[in-house]
Amino acid sequence: MAESKELQVKEKQEMTTPAEQTRPGLIFTPAVDIFETDHEITLLADMPGVTPDKMTIDLHDGVLTFTGDVIPWENPDEKDVLIEFEIGKYHRQFALSEAIDQDKIQAKLADGVLRLTLPKAEKARPRKITVNAG
Amino acid sequence: MIARSLFDQPNRFWRNPFGEMERMRREMDLLTNAVFGQAGYRPLGSGVFPAVNLTEDANNYYARAELPGMAAEDLNVQLTGRNLAISGERKIPTEGEDVRYHRRERKAGRFSKIIALPGETDGDNIQAKMSNGVLTITLPKTQAAKPKQITVQ
Repeated sequence: MAESKELQVKEKQEMTTPAEQTRPGLIFTPAVDIFETDHEITLLADMPGVTPDKMTIDLHDGVLTFTGDVIPWENPDEKDVLIEFEIGKYHRQFALSEAIDQDKIQAKLADGVLRLTLPKAEKARPRKITVNAG
Repeated sequence: MIARSLFDQPNRFWRNPFGEMERMRREMDLLTNAVFGQAGYRPLGSGVFPAVNLTEDANNYYARAELPGMAAEDLNVQLTGRNLAISGERKIPTEGEDVRYHRRERKAGRFSKIIALPGETDGDNIQAKMSNGVLTITLPKTQAAKPKQITVQ
């Protein structure tokens, strides 16, 4: 990137859940980057305030679900002066079109960014097909 | 209906007159999203990145911002009088040449923001900390800004 842009404030996207939550609280949709190479699919998600022990990742029937709980960081005796964002859970779900090698999935959470590496199963990798002259 | 609910709880309304509005707005947004599927762009708060929550207790002000993926050295925090300035640059490293993107929602770029604090703070004892992508700045109040307990005779 030659020139960096000015960052614009983006309101956290509140999720409209199909399933109602048993515990009250807000749920947000984290911003993600998803990219793939021949061997793996990588997912990066911004989930500020989530600690590794509060992160749940699940891959089931080709549906990837990840949820991050945020423990409210304010002390109980703090009073609000100016509030520009709200705190809540993060939750997102993706249907994966390719077969994933479940045993080799890696997840890392650093500085509030989740990095999920999903290696493609052997049969889903592109194969080069040589055409023989007949 | 609205007027009644506001006046029935005078404390809640007067302490944070915009809180009620914010909540109504959010509920409206959810409704709009459910019907039309898309939310219109509306800047939140000051409309300047990053969104900051400012809270206080008896001894400190706390300014918090969500800055995922940012390292402490990419941030610049300054206090001039009552103005707290937060600036920096969020960098997202490139992921190699042969990657194909499916989605790209995370944004990189520079930012700079100033928040006016409601009271005087002790500039020498300010602490700023990054933890799990959340920046917390703790600003101790000066004696003059702290609440004084008054004994009723």
